[in-house]
Amino acid sequence: MAAALNTALRDALRDDDRVVIYGEDVGRLGGVFRITDGLQAEWGTDRCFDTPVAESGIAGTAVGMAMYGLRPVVEMQFDGFSYPALDQVISHVAKYRNRTRGTVGLPIVIRIPYGGGIGAVEHHSESPEAYYAHTAGLTVVTPGTPSDAYVLLRASINHPDPVVFLEPKRRYWLKEDVELPVRGEPIGRALVRREGATATLIAYGPMVTTALEAADAAAEEGWDLEVVDVRTLSPLDTDTLATSVTKTGHAIVVHEAPRFAGYGAEIAATLSEQVFGHLAAPVLRVTGFDLPYPPAKIERHYLPQTARILDAVAHSLEY
Amino acid sequence: MQAKRQYSFVIVNEQGQLTATWREVAPEGSLRESGNQAIALDRDQLRSLYRLMALSRRVDRQAINLTRQGALGVFASSHGQEAAQVGSVFALGPDDWLFPSYRDTVGTFARGVDMVEILALFQGSWHCGFDPRAHRVAPLTTPLATHALHAVGLAMAARLRHDPIVALTFFGDGAASEGDAHEAMNMAAVYQAPVVFFVQNNHYAISVPVAQQMRTSAIALRAAGYGMPGVLVDGNDVLAVYGATHAAVERARAGNGPTLIEALTYRMEAHTTADDQTRYRSAEEVAEWGARDPLTRYLGLLRDAEIVDDGFLAGVDAEGEVIAARMRDALFGSEGGDPCEMFDHVYETLTPQLALQRAVLERELAAEKAP
Repeated sequence: MAAALNTALRDALRDDDRVVIYGEDVGRLGGVFRITDGLQAEWGTDRCFDTPVAESGIAGTAVGMAMYGLRPVVEMQFDGFSYPALDQVISHVAKYRNRTRGTVGLPIVIRIPYGGGIGAVEHHSESPEAYYAHTAGLTVVTPGTPSDAYVLLRASINHPDPVVFLEPKRRYWLKEDVELPVRGEPIGRALVRREGATATLIAYGPMVTTALEAADAAAEEGWDLEVVDVRTLSPLDTDTLATSVTKTGHAIVVHEAPRFAGYGAEIAATLSEQVFGHLAAPVLRVTGFDLPYPPAKIERHYLPQTARILDAVAHSLEY
Repeated sequence: MQAKRQYSFVIVNEQGQLTATWREVAPEGSLRESGNQAIALDRDQLRSLYRLMALSRRVDRQAINLTRQGALGVFASSHGQEAAQVGSVFALGPDDWLFPSYRDTVGTFARGVDMVEILALFQGSWHCGFDPRAHRVAPLTTPLATHALHAVGLAMAARLRHDPIVALTFFGDGAASEGDAHEAMNMAAVYQAPVVFFVQNNHYAISVPVAQQMRTSAIALRAAGYGMPGVLVDGNDVLAVYGATHAAVERARAGNGPTLIEALTYRMEAHTTADDQTRYRSAEEVAEWGARDPLTRYLGLLRDAEIVDDGFLAGVDAEGEVIAARMRDALFGSEGGDPCEMFDHVYETLTPQLALQRAVLERELAAEKAP
């Protein structure tokens, strides 16, 4: 996936001279996860450059750059360090088109490696998606596969509105054979990753792989699970979710972030409103616990995994 | 008010040439006189400056009155700060950008934006009532100092594009405490972005005097810490403001990076029309600054130099009355626009969710209209 993202950025620099990439350590170092590796060497310091350690500054200058007509693609080095930029993101990035009555849209991409599972220290494993999804004016995208990482990042850079692009960092090393050129579905559409009839697992970002693993394990139990990859958290493709759940009658939402007021609550409520008559059981949530992200040595007990997902499936099927 | 913060600057008329003085921050961090510098303005420009300041005073007064009469929800007056705003904006070229705060209505007006459109924010008709790109003026920004970063970003973009454009951003002594002010000045210096940081030190962050906001004797002194020139100027002296800003703008345009200008001025009215200034400052203090009124001072100079006459002044007054009447006509009793428009600019394309919600509001509106 890291290579797919790197290729997407490289192709964007090639295809559109308005694209500029900047952030902490993205230039000479190529980013702490090497997502921008080689871009400065190839395209020069005007197109890809390092910034001071100032996340609000990174997001705030992107506003001015986009106002001037560039297409800034900026990196927040880690999820836990994206919070200093929240004021700029909520107060300006998200609101500018609306504030100016449609005259100044901001085509900005804010890339954020997010989520746990890599044995990191505190503040390096957070899942902040609900903060962004709750903010009107933002488009929130998160890929679950390498080919989708390429497709969605290219689409995000071409998008007329600001995109918060959440990269599932534990899946940076995920591999997939792809045919070139890589094509895929646009922003705003969810995808059925695995067809099934027993129940629907709804996942995004790092949990797509986890849900597919759980579905494989469930097959051994005789359950035929469908897995839907949300891909775009805002705006949500409710039709694809509703279609799947109408078919299976059972829905389990899976995410790493804490449960309370998390993104899964939105999906559960939406499905309850739209396909209540087709539901054989309440929409269940398999999530992290409602606590600060735990230390690395015990994080595997926090993260949703096959056993927790299959327990929820069993619970749903018992209704 | 701290006695040490009172700096007096005089405009001297030397062999018929107007000059102004301001102070610069020396590399070691101390303030030094920059010496007299000629102001390259002809008589028409000197009159234009006065005209813009006088019209600013008039539209500001009109906005206060419209607020008292209920036409505006709230207003932050610039009375007393006309020289700072108008003098600095006057130094900008047509393609340069201005990034104002919520109080900078008259600086925005001096840039050529229609006062009725500027007041949309305070009227509550829309958050920004003008097209920023048409005037190269960003929306009036209320989260303090956040827009300073936008100015830096725009200036960085212009520099990347090799366009000779400068961004000037206003913020106040209160906003100077915000983290974004620091990040903006540091990043501008790092990238040598063509930015002028123009701080209107009006001595109060709502009720808190500047001495309780910072230990330093001058905000301009911080410039040395960022590696840029700092300038302290009498913000009630329009020629000094113009001269200092003009030098900073041209320095930035030449590729020599940002400048921090601190203009010492005073907010003659309360923070906003919703504020009670008697709770935190004395009438004597306000009167003391009233004696340094920027409009009165500049008019005295222009009269002494025989640059303006009664006919010119009467013309400016008449123009002010026309604009004020138009403000009253446009802002009195006006309703908000179509409520459904609140959905139309959130994204370029209406999302499925917003389309459903827009339909809900349409039904509610239809029900309201039904007999």
